[in-house]
Amino acid sequence: MEAEGAERNGAARDVLLEVKHLKMHFPIKQGFFGRTVGHVKAVDDVDLKIRRGETLGLVGESGCGKTTLGRCIVRSYEPTEGEMVYHNRDGGTADLAKLGSGELKPYRREIRMVFQDPNSSLNPRMTLLQIVGEPLKVNKVASGKELEDRVAELLRRVGLRPEYMSRYPHAFSGGERQRVSIARALALDPRFVVADEAVSALDVSVRAQILNLLQDLQEEFDLTYLFISHDLSVVEHICDRVAVMYVGKVVEVAETGEIFDDPKHPYTEALLSAVPKPDPRLRDHGRRIVLGGDVPDPANPPSGCYFHTRCPYAEDRCKDEEPALREVSPGRYAACHFSEDLDLRGVDDQGAVR
Amino acid sequence: MDGNDTLLEVRGLKTHFYLEEGVVKAVDGVDLKVRRGETLCVVGESGCGKSVTARSILQLVDRPGRIVEGEILFSLTPRAESNGKAGTAGARTDGTATEVREVLDLASLDSRSTAMRDIRGKEISMIFQEPMTSLSPVHTIGEQIMENILLHLPMDKEEARDRTVEELARVGIPNPGQRVDAYPFQLSGGMRQRAMIAMALACNPSLLIADEPTTALDVTTQAEILELMRGLQDELGMAIMFITHDLGVVAEMADDVAVMYLGIVAERGDVDSIFHDPKHPYTRALLRSIPRMGRSKANQRLDSIRGMVPHPYNRPTGCPFHTRCDEFIEGYCEEILPPRIPLTPSGEPVGNGQSGPPRPASDEPLKNTREVRCLLYGGKEGSADGG
Repeated sequence: MEAEGAERNGAARDVLLEVKHLKMHFPIKQGFFGRTVGHVKAVDDVDLKIRRGETLGLVGESGCGKTTLGRCIVRSYEPTEGEMVYHNRDGGTADLAKLGSGELKPYRREIRMVFQDPNSSLNPRMTLLQIVGEPLKVNKVASGKELEDRVAELLRRVGLRPEYMSRYPHAFSGGERQRVSIARALALDPRFVVADEAVSALDVSVRAQILNLLQDLQEEFDLTYLFISHDLSVVEHICDRVAVMYVGKVVEVAETGEIFDDPKHPYTEALLSAVPKPDPRLRDHGRRIVLGGDVPDPANPPSGCYFHTRCPYAEDRCKDEEPALREVSPGRYAACHFSEDLDLRGVDDQGAVR
Repeated sequence: MDGNDTLLEVRGLKTHFYLEEGVVKAVDGVDLKVRRGETLCVVGESGCGKSVTARSILQLVDRPGRIVEGEILFSLTPRAESNGKAGTAGARTDGTATEVREVLDLASLDSRSTAMRDIRGKEISMIFQEPMTSLSPVHTIGEQIMENILLHLPMDKEEARDRTVEELARVGIPNPGQRVDAYPFQLSGGMRQRAMIAMALACNPSLLIADEPTTALDVTTQAEILELMRGLQDELGMAIMFITHDLGVVAEMADDVAVMYLGIVAERGDVDSIFHDPKHPYTRALLRSIPRMGRSKANQRLDSIRGMVPHPYNRPTGCPFHTRCDEFIEGYCEEILPPRIPLTPSGEPVGNGQSGPPRPASDEPLKNTREVRCLLYGGKEGSADGG
């Protein structure tokens, strides 16, 4: 609540990254001359504020643009349009979307990424020392014995034995490899970590360990996370706020508790009702909303509200008029014409859909 | 009653892989029971032998894997029914005592024998996790479904094609008359999985083995597929053996649950007692380690299971879970492989309180629906040699 007030006063001191009207369009090329015949609008006009020290969850079905947005933020991609205003440690700001590769260098140290698949994101021909030490070496932070000490310390922090430093990734299990990924991300004392489906490939028991580790590290290093996931129960567990994406757009942003209790967008409601609840006694409680059809093609999205083709509450207005992401109540944003009128059901204490 | 509603019974199944580096005991003494028309969910972490168990049932284990021990008893659908005689139509559900069912031990059949081939795809069929890799990319889905029908049912091509269109319509593929000629890459992930289900159900199997059928799908698509499978089960009366690692899916789908850990079934029971009265420390730990929607407060820590699943080359001795178990009893757990201990419906060990140790049930048929393999509930005295 205090944070909210500060933001409204224009101080914006607690904001770490402000994404404004961000667009990432990939051209579709066809024919001998490679003419551009259209664009895949993977990220289409996204506004998002990431506050310092929070964990912001980004959820949505596959193909909705969550990963593309994450990659724009770490500047693996150069966004087509829009701004990403990053607030430095010293209070200054920089627009990451416009910086060239040389100017980006200091920010590459502060914004790091953890990938989904620890098998393909670690080089099989490099030892842990090389993998975790590489960012230190490239940035000339440490070398030689000091480098080894730093890597040992990092491995210890993520719960691996430093003696394993000279082994290769194949000798480790999925959970351990993900710890290596995390150690690599932490090597340069980052402020902001983008975790793209960081626990999705892991087993239940190991997933809990990694989630706990991420939380501990956040406390210890004062990290901010963008936690990209399709698993809503994990998102509810770890995130402070949640943004829901659908076909390249953010359709709802709110505090975690609010979004799960009382969603304001029909898509969020449908997502919540689709999650299997781990209790057989809840099996027949509440109606499940089964969405018909598939996610629209982001190269050729429907008119008006992108969700109107699958929305159980759609009316004529939805076909023609595109709803803007607006503040429906303090701190809550939703992109639906009828957010106030619809009585959407969330998840109650028992985990049941009401 | 017990004998008649059992469709598939796996007893003491052991499937080992003989590699140069050593023997991987992927499945090491699994006991399961699938009841007619019901759903058994097999749940466990990766590497616990769920998929190998399923593949063993269909004799699809690739070399160097081999079934070394155990029985897979499958009761065939009575012949009268498959010939379509009207009089016996009710027998399947009634299960009258006079009816004689042929029971086949699939483990004893050769994987290339005609008998096994008649069962695969007809009596028991399977759907896989990755619909893209398990469908042929160079044949239309219609051709792939027809192949199964032509192989098992006395139909000509035209009838088979009509049947295929019917099947596609039944699994909810819009426009089945056109989609029958579509290639897998032209379909979305959910549609491909529907086509897989249509293929599996084309010959009305009495058992459908589904190996992580929704793991690669989005939650919304997963909800659709689960709904579809439940609907089809009600309609066709088949039993489903559903393999998954997602406890949420188990809670939605299962009648019975088997929790596997490192090649053994740690605990078996009906779904309600597994979730609300779990006995095995592994089941308990597994249930504690999942975040629950609505219940978890932000920044609360999850109870995780310490350590990780051991590498298959160095399986722990005794109880395979003892290296990670909080209830570890020194001197016993690392020595004795816990026997199967039958439980009463209320969760008490059967025969506890009497002077003798509970009987290890290894040779008896699986009578009780609840069973646990943990020394906390007995078995410490009797079978130190039996492990």
